[in-house]
Amino acid sequence: MLKVLDSAVPIACWSCSIGHNDSTLFCPHCSKIQPPPGGDYFSVFGLTPQLNLDLPALEAEFHRLSRKVHPDRFARAGENEREWSLADTALLNDAYRTLKEPIYRTEYLLKLVGEEIGEEHSGKDRKGQKDPSRVPADLLEEVFELNMQLEEMRMGRKMGENDPALQADLEQAKTKFEGLLAAVDQDLRTEWQTWDAGGDDARLSAQKTMVGLLDRRRYLSNLVRDVTETLGA
Amino acid sequence: MAESNLTGRVVGIDLGTTNSLVAYMQGDAPVVIPGVDGSNLVPSVVALDPVAADGGRPTVTVGNGARKALIETPELVIYSVKRLMGRGLEEIHDELKLFPFRLAEDEDGEQGNVVPRIKLGEMRFTPPEISAYILRQLKRNAERFFGAPVTQAVITVPAYFNDAQRQATKDAGRMAGLEVLRLVNEPTAAALAYGLDRAKEGTIAVYDFGGGTFDISILKLRDGIFEVQSTNGDTHLGGDDIDNLLLTIALDEIHAEHGVDLRGHASAVQALRKAAMDAKISLSTEDAARFDIELPNGDRYQREIPRAVFEVLIEPVLERTAGPCKQALTDAGITPEQVDEVVLVGGSTRIPAVRQLVDDLFHLAARGKKPHIELNPDEVVALGAAVQADILAGASKTTEEMLLLDVTPLSLGIEALGGTVARIIQRNSTIPASATEHFTTGVEGQTNVAIHVVQGERELAADCRSLARFDLKGIPPMSAGLPRIEVKFLIDADGILKVTAREQRSGQAAKIEVKPTYGLTDEQVESMILDSFDHAEEDFAARLLIEARNEAETILTLVERAPENPAWNQLTDDEQAAIAAARDRLVAVKGGTDQSAIREATLALDRTTQRFAELMMDAAVTTAIRGKTMDAADEDLGEAINAPHPMAQAEFK
Repeated sequence: MLKVLDSAVPIACWSCSIGHNDSTLFCPHCSKIQPPPGGDYFSVFGLTPQLNLDLPALEAEFHRLSRKVHPDRFARAGENEREWSLADTALLNDAYRTLKEPIYRTEYLLKLVGEEIGEEHSGKDRKGQKDPSRVPADLLEEVFELNMQLEEMRMGRKMGENDPALQADLEQAKTKFEGLLAAVDQDLRTEWQTWDAGGDDARLSAQKTMVGLLDRRRYLSNLVRDVTETLGA
Repeated sequence: MAESNLTGRVVGIDLGTTNSLVAYMQGDAPVVIPGVDGSNLVPSVVALDPVAADGGRPTVTVGNGARKALIETPELVIYSVKRLMGRGLEEIHDELKLFPFRLAEDEDGEQGNVVPRIKLGEMRFTPPEISAYILRQLKRNAERFFGAPVTQAVITVPAYFNDAQRQATKDAGRMAGLEVLRLVNEPTAAALAYGLDRAKEGTIAVYDFGGGTFDISILKLRDGIFEVQSTNGDTHLGGDDIDNLLLTIALDEIHAEHGVDLRGHASAVQALRKAAMDAKISLSTEDAARFDIELPNGDRYQREIPRAVFEVLIEPVLERTAGPCKQALTDAGITPEQVDEVVLVGGSTRIPAVRQLVDDLFHLAARGKKPHIELNPDEVVALGAAVQADILAGASKTTEEMLLLDVTPLSLGIEALGGTVARIIQRNSTIPASATEHFTTGVEGQTNVAIHVVQGERELAADCRSLARFDLKGIPPMSAGLPRIEVKFLIDADGILKVTAREQRSGQAAKIEVKPTYGLTDEQVESMILDSFDHAEEDFAARLLIEARNEAETILTLVERAPENPAWNQLTDDEQAAIAAARDRLVAVKGGTDQSAIREATLALDRTTQRFAELMMDAAVTTAIRGKTMDAADEDLGEAINAPHPMAQAEFK
């Protein structure tokens, strides 16, 4: 769901007619609200694309901009300004929601630079990806065993049985996979540093690594969710 | 809608299941505007006046007057209509078992757009029309109070209201002649009311258990910004459910013990419901409550309900609030210990067992904390709405630093292949929020694409709430899969969806009609507007004049009958002469068009009759209510209800 990046042609302010850069919510000259700018989510906050973000600063900026652009500030304004306030605030909120969350932010940036992301993270929230081709190779054996145990557990539950040994096995597996998930997050952070440090080749290689890590992460988090659901049922 | 009004006051309205209120910002504090009867609460009850069979616009009574009619003419009265707002016919079946809503047979329903109609006598009303009557009453109360027209309002809705329920509320506002500047979620409004005098930072939970709905919201307060983190709830859970439990028991016992089945007996059920509500209320302070009701056959139904029994009985109802609270905490990513303060809202939070449950859910006592109950739980939502109204009016120092960032309570999705839901905006996203999706065609030369938008958290579209089905029309004929239609979904600050579409390859804007699955079309709403000329100044002046004349008539009738009362002879000749002089003055100005002169003469006559009123009271009742004027005394005796009231006097220029 990426916005098309328009080239940074100066746009004339509707109110004071002075040209301004198109990634601003307000005219820098007369401070009037502008129609939604064409830039990316980072530019809404005056940032260049980056993966390490100062979250408290991001929140402060979100609050500062919200105060100025929110529809509550334009309840009695003219039709156009109300319309733009609504569109601008939606953009601001969408941008903040995406950037404040590390995984959404990573996916967004990767798409921004043209990488293909497996499945939309925010998209359909389907139950377990059973496609075996997507199982990370190093986990094949364990996943196979886990799926058997999960099935056994569900069957047992249906019959009203509760096998403590099985339960313990599953708890253990859950801890293990949660650990793997944390490791992926750690690896992602390392790649963030590489990407942010710059250099075209380093970035390109970091991007490919991150796409792979996100696939693995998606797989692991679905698995953890399945185990948690089965244990909690 | 008319041009935005830059000068008029913006009022805050709590359109409740049981009671409704209107409030405004008086200086730097919100206050509730009382009704004609001096009461802050206007019961959300609408009665069709029995004399309205002249074919014209029906006249209705709203509030306490309508509540009286509930016993006498139950077939002409409706209450708890909020439970029907924005709901389809098949959805409200469960309500019908317990509420005496009489639905009109669906003879004129158009397919795919069925708004249930309620029968009151021979007339039929949609739920938004009934709500509009309540809103119009509140609007009039405010206008009477200010002595000026009121055309803009903030109206509160349960946080968990879906798109259709919100749209229905907005429609009701429009029918009542109000421009609804914003719909505000009730728990958030309560937080605003509490946050006003305390520039605090921290995380607060608002537990709002009202007459018909339950909401939980978790907010983060920081630099005057109220940022909702998560919200959850149940739009069909409230004090009504507790009343129904007690009512069901009473009906069953009466049937078993006295052999009388009262279920078809509307006014007896109403009387019993009233007794159940009274019992529930007294059990918040007493250890036991009593039912003592005379049955139509002359028997008495007597029953004592100890509080312990009551608490066991209502436990399943209260327990249903726990799940949403836990989910809201999870969605906000916090533990109960991280909640700094809990605010209680809604009449049902007066029940001690509810307070205990809240304490358990948020580990309050264990942390040496108590929930906030300083503001009247019946009024706090209206007060918060007034704060939000002040923010929107943008004219006050008190609220200029405050900003409310709310969320959408339910995820928005589109039905995908196989009936699954593709989520495009997650629940608890800050609103306004938007999502852009791309669609294409599956057949050669296809010019339409149908899209089904749903709201809810379930995996299958059939299990979610259907919001709208619409066709993207006018797609230029191309090979299958070639058109690229960009559809933008935007949830606005009221939590209502707006959809726009564009075909990108041809640059053509596709024509779309978003047809709500449930709800009224623009034209239908237009045709239901109660007073088309309500905005006009001259019309407003005319109404004030009519009201002033009615009030004058009322007091003149009373003075006319005064000499028949024994108390009259206790007045001195001077007092009798003063009353006669004041009466003559009022009679002289009554025919004129100066409404403030009529009001002043009415008040003058009211004052001169004060001692007579006291004497009459002394004579009439042993427990005399002192210091009241004749009108007020008469009101207490249960006759005229449209007499001027000292608490509700308008400012006249």
